Amino acid sequence: MRSSTSFSVLAGLVLLAALALFPLIGSRFGIDLVTKMMILAIFALSLELLVGQTGLVSFGHAAFLGIAAYTVALMTPESEPASIWVVLPAALLFSGGYAFFVGALSLRTRGIYFIMVTLAFAQMAYYVFHDTALGRGSDGIYLYFRPDVSIGDWRLIDLDAGNTFYWFVLASLAFVFVLLSLIVRSRFGRALAGIRVNEQRMRAAGFATYPYKLAAFVVAAMLAGLAGFLSALKDGFVNPELLSWHESGAVLIMIILGGIGSLWGALLGAFAFVLLQEFFQSDPIFGEFARHWQLTLGLSIIACVALMPQGLIGLGRQLGRRVSLRRRLRHA
Amino acid sequence: MPDFARPNAVSPRDEVLLRADNVSRSFGGLKAVDRVSLAVRRGTVHAVIGTNGAGKSTLINVLCGEIPASEGSVELLGRDVSRWSQPRRAQAGLGRSYQRNTIYAQFTVFENCRLSAQARLQRPWDWLSSAARCDFSGTAARRALEKAGLAAQADREAGALSHGQKRQLEIAMCLATAPRVLVLDEPLAGMGAEESERMLSLLEGLKSEHAILLVEHDMDAVFRVSDEITVMVNGRVIATGEPEAIRSNPEVQEAYLGDEAVH
Repeated sequence: MRSSTSFSVLAGLVLLAALALFPLIGSRFGIDLVTKMMILAIFALSLELLVGQTGLVSFGHAAFLGIAAYTVALMTPESEPASIWVVLPAALLFSGGYAFFVGALSLRTRGIYFIMVTLAFAQMAYYVFHDTALGRGSDGIYLYFRPDVSIGDWRLIDLDAGNTFYWFVLASLAFVFVLLSLIVRSRFGRALAGIRVNEQRMRAAGFATYPYKLAAFVVAAMLAGLAGFLSALKDGFVNPELLSWHESGAVLIMIILGGIGSLWGALLGAFAFVLLQEFFQSDPIFGEFARHWQLTLGLSIIACVALMPQGLIGLGRQLGRRVSLRRRLRHA
Repeated sequence: MPDFARPNAVSPRDEVLLRADNVSRSFGGLKAVDRVSLAVRRGTVHAVIGTNGAGKSTLINVLCGEIPASEGSVELLGRDVSRWSQPRRAQAGLGRSYQRNTIYAQFTVFENCRLSAQARLQRPWDWLSSAARCDFSGTAARRALEKAGLAAQADREAGALSHGQKRQLEIAMCLATAPRVLVLDEPLAGMGAEESERMLSLLEGLKSEHAILLVEHDMDAVFRVSDEITVMVNGRVIATGEPEAIRSNPEVQEAYLGDEAVH
């Protein structure tokens, strides 16, 4: 147990260093791609708390990402940047507030009903932005300025300068990963794990499980909101597609691809998903067929899930076990 | 800080810790439990027996708060808990085990008990400190495992235990919550002779500190460990009394035990 924790910490530090140094060697395109991967990793990690740790399969998680993104766009004036101390908390609070409402109702259902109710609430949010003046329809809203990160007259960082935004996203990813690692090991996290495995037993032991699930739902939504906030800042544009069920499905695929039940799996899954997407969209490799990248991506994901039922993280564990078994056999 | 010694700190033997008063439970037109009254006393094992479909499992589900009673009241430690949820009743000292295994198969044996013990000191807002470093639940888990005879298995994955050990773990998980009343639903189900003997010794050992409500099909075991027996048929109680009185009750013999009881 202790050695696996040490390995996780070491792997985390190596990955953090590699990502931190990447802008020094990466092209503009590469930096943009890795920024997108890190934002999606935050999104996938937030869903992992719900699906992998608590056993609640939500099919409407993109709503929380989209609400936060729209909050930033709507609160930022067209002529000057908004303060990050206003827009970031507001984005998280709106996502969390909607999650509280959705969770309070949907957590009274289970299984397939929970999946469908979360999808229904997400579609409701989608149509609010798509069909009303609030979200300015399918055209979406442009964000002309990234928020100002200042305390009084002292500007802490300039999110538009050089690769600052890239490092800001990296710091956010590291924060979310560490926070979730702590939560998973805490009493709250262990209770969530107990609920995932056997909720009936948890209630019999004396856990009122509903508040635990609701808390997990709201925390996951706020973390998805952080991803939405960063996504709006990265693209400078928001549209209703951010809240669509395609996005909710894509993030589910990411955590399945990486391996459900592991924070590392969610991270790997998001990175792999974006890389596969880029690979199958590549004209030099696939030529005309690159236009049909959804087909090849879908087939490759089906193959991954069929061949690696525990995801990419499971493949790593399997290889590790085989190597240690071979070593033991050699020494025997 | 919750009291580890809660089971010992109770009032004298014969005090009624769990009482059902005219409890009924209907499902549509079917009355699964019909005006059942019983009292479970500290330091005793009170068995509920009956054929399949007699309403035993429904009765304990009602007593534990898993399903609400249609009529009647349930008292736990002298308080009316009829409207309390299952977790609240568990917090008040009612522990239950299930007919089928409800252990957390992927966790270690110790973690199964530690998580159950955590129910008494939950602190869900504390996200920074590791659950594994909680002395309170760790100590309660170790004590429960010792009592249940599973201390040597603490580090094993629960799913890898034998069937008998899994049933013992069910009891250990109940004990980790420091209950005053134990409601055990067929703890001997599927066990071999040796495993049954181990479980019966465990129940006899637990009797002094708890009030135990036992639902069990193994009649030899029931008559060996019980101080009082309630017999149910079609949701109703047809007899309550000491084992010898039940054994010689003609109505019970006719309705449930048949010729077996006479011999």
